[in-house]
Amino acid sequence: MTAAIVADNVSRTYQLDGVSVDALRGVSLTVETGDYVAIVGTSGSGKSTLMHLLGGLDRPTGGTLLIGGRDVARLTPDEMAELRNTTIGFVFQSFHLLARTTAQDNVGLPLVYRGVGRRERRERAAAMLDRVGLGHRVTHRPNQMSGGEQQRVAIARALVTGPSVLLADEPTGNLDSATGQSVLALLETLNADGVAVVLVTHDREVAARAHRQIRMKDGLIA
Amino acid sequence: MRVAEAWRVALEALRANRLRSMLTMLGVVIGVAAVVALVAIGTGTKNQIENQVEGLGSNLLIVVPGRLEAGAAPTSSPLTLDDVEAVNRIVGDRSRVAVTISSGEAVRAGSRTGFASMQGVLETTPTVFVRRLDRGAYLTRTDVSTGRRVVVLGAGVARDLFGDRDPIGRQITIGGVRFRVVGTFEQLGQSLGVDRDGEVHVPVTAAQRLLGTERIDGLAIRAPDRERIGELSAAVVAALTDRHPDTDFSAVTQEQILGVLGDILGVLTGVLAAIAGISLLVGGVGVSNIMLVSVRERTKEIGLRKAVGARPRDIGVQFLLEAVLLTTTGGILGMLLGGTTALLVDRFTPVPAALTWWSMALAFGVSAAVGIVFGVVPAQRAGRLDPVVALRTE
Repeated sequence: MTAAIVADNVSRTYQLDGVSVDALRGVSLTVETGDYVAIVGTSGSGKSTLMHLLGGLDRPTGGTLLIGGRDVARLTPDEMAELRNTTIGFVFQSFHLLARTTAQDNVGLPLVYRGVGRRERRERAAAMLDRVGLGHRVTHRPNQMSGGEQQRVAIARALVTGPSVLLADEPTGNLDSATGQSVLALLETLNADGVAVVLVTHDREVAARAHRQIRMKDGLIA
Repeated sequence: MRVAEAWRVALEALRANRLRSMLTMLGVVIGVAAVVALVAIGTGTKNQIENQVEGLGSNLLIVVPGRLEAGAAPTSSPLTLDDVEAVNRIVGDRSRVAVTISSGEAVRAGSRTGFASMQGVLETTPTVFVRRLDRGAYLTRTDVSTGRRVVVLGAGVARDLFGDRDPIGRQITIGGVRFRVVGTFEQLGQSLGVDRDGEVHVPVTAAQRLLGTERIDGLAIRAPDRERIGELSAAVVAALTDRHPDTDFSAVTQEQILGVLGDILGVLTGVLAAIAGISLLVGGVGVSNIMLVSVRERTKEIGLRKAVGARPRDIGVQFLLEAVLLTTTGGILGMLLGGTTALLVDRFTPVPAALTWWSMALAFGVSAAVGIVFGVVPAQRAGRLDPVVALRTE
C-alpha cells in the first residue's frame, strides 16, 4: 500500500521584502494510510508551513513531496486544486465556515468543485453530518451553532469527498476542553475507520493522543 | 463547478450586500436608461420628420432656382407662369404641376387681425400635395385664370380671424386687399418646423398682382411613378435652363430630402447615445470598484474555497458572474426605466420618442459587456489569491 504523503528533504523559503526566510529546512516524513500523527512545536517552528505543504496549499522550494503518490512539483494549479479536493480534508482552528450558508451546504461545498449536482450534494452532506453526530443540525447556519458543532460541520466538510488524509490545524484551539475532547474523539473514530489524521497542535495533551509525534523546531524535525 | 451553481453563489453574494449591490447597480441603471431614452427620442424625432416629408405627397419633385448646396447664395427666381406652361408640356398633365409664390402678409377680418403666410398657387395644389379641406371648396381653374380674389384659410388663420364662426363666404383682407373665403384647411400642425396652419392659399395670379410681380418662387411636380422621377427631373431642369441660361436650377426628390435629414438625425441620435454611453461607462467603473472591495472582504472565503478544491478559474468565474449579474440586472432595470421614460415623454410632452428593439438589445448587451470588462480585473485578482495567505487573513 502506498503512503498517503511522502516528504523527502522538503524545504520552503519565503521571500519577504527581499529577505529570504527559511521556514522549512529539509524535512522528511511519511504519513501512512490510516496514520495518526501529531505535529508539535512552538509558533514559528515551521509546523504551519509544513501543514500547508502536506495539504497541497503550497509547494516546496526544495526536496520532493508526494501527495497521494503524485509529485506536487509536476502538478498544475488546477491539478493541485483537484488534489486538495479529492485526497485531502482540511480542518481549521477557526472553522472557516461560510457564514450565510447552512451546515448542509457548507459540508457540500467541496462537492461543488467536483461538479456534483445540488440534490446529490445535499444527500451526501446530510449523511456526513449524521456521521459526525449533527443529523439534527442540517439546516442550521453557523451562527446558530456552538463552537463544537461548528467544528464538527467543518470535519464533515473535510470528509465529504472521501479523502485519505485529514489535516487538522489546532482543531481544538478555539474550543473549551470538554468540547475539544469530543472533537478529538470524533477524529479518532474517523481514524479508526481508516482516514489518516495529521494534527498540528502546540497542546501536549492533545499531541499525546496521537500514535506518534513529530516535533518541529526552527524548520527542522527535532 | 457547474454554471448554475456559479450563478447561485453570485446571486447569494449580491443578496448578502443588498444595499451596496443596489447602489452599484444604480450607476448602470441610469446609464442604460439614458441610452434607451435618448435613442428613443432621437429615433422618434427622425420618424416624425420622415413622416412629415412623406406626408407632403408621394413621388414629389421640387424644382427651385439656385443651387442646393451649403453656402450657396439664394437666387432670385426668374420663373414665370410661361415657364410653368413649358413644364406642363413636358409632364403632359397640368394637374401634376403645382407652383408657389409666398409672402408673409397681414390679414384682417372685421376687427380681428393676424399674420399669415400667403401662398399664391394653382388649383392643382391638393392633387400634387396632400392637403385636405375642412370646409368649403378649393380654388378652381377659373379662379386662377381670372385672378379672382378668393382664399382658402389654414386652420390657425381661420381660428384667429373667425373663432368658432363659419368663415365661408366672408371677406378678409390680405395685405390690405379684399378676398372672399371659399374654404378652410384641416388642421395640420407643425411640419419641418413650419406652422402649416398659418398658410392662406390664393390664386397665383391674384398673388402676383398683389405683390406686383410676374414671378413665381418654384414649382413642384408629382411624377406618375417613382421610376420616372429621375428622367422627369433631368428634362424639366434642361428645359428651364434652356429658357433661363443665366440661372441654375435644382430639382430635389423626397428621397433626397429624407436622405439628408436622415443622415443629420442619425448623427444626432449617435451623439446622444454616446453621451449616455459615458454614464454607462462611469457605472461600469463603479462596478469594478465594488468588486475589488468585495474580493478583499471575502479573502478568507476565497482561501477556504481554494482549500476545498476550487480552481483559480472557479473563483474567477464566480466573481466575474457577480459583476455580470450586477450589470445585467442593472441593464434590465435601466431598459424598463428608459423605456418607461420614453413612453411618458412621447405621451406627455411634444417631444416624440420611439422605442427600438435594437437600442434595447444594444444597451443590454453593453451592460453585460461592461460587467465582463470591469469584472475581469477583480476576478483575476480573486482567482490568483494564494490560499495560504488568504486563509491566514483574519
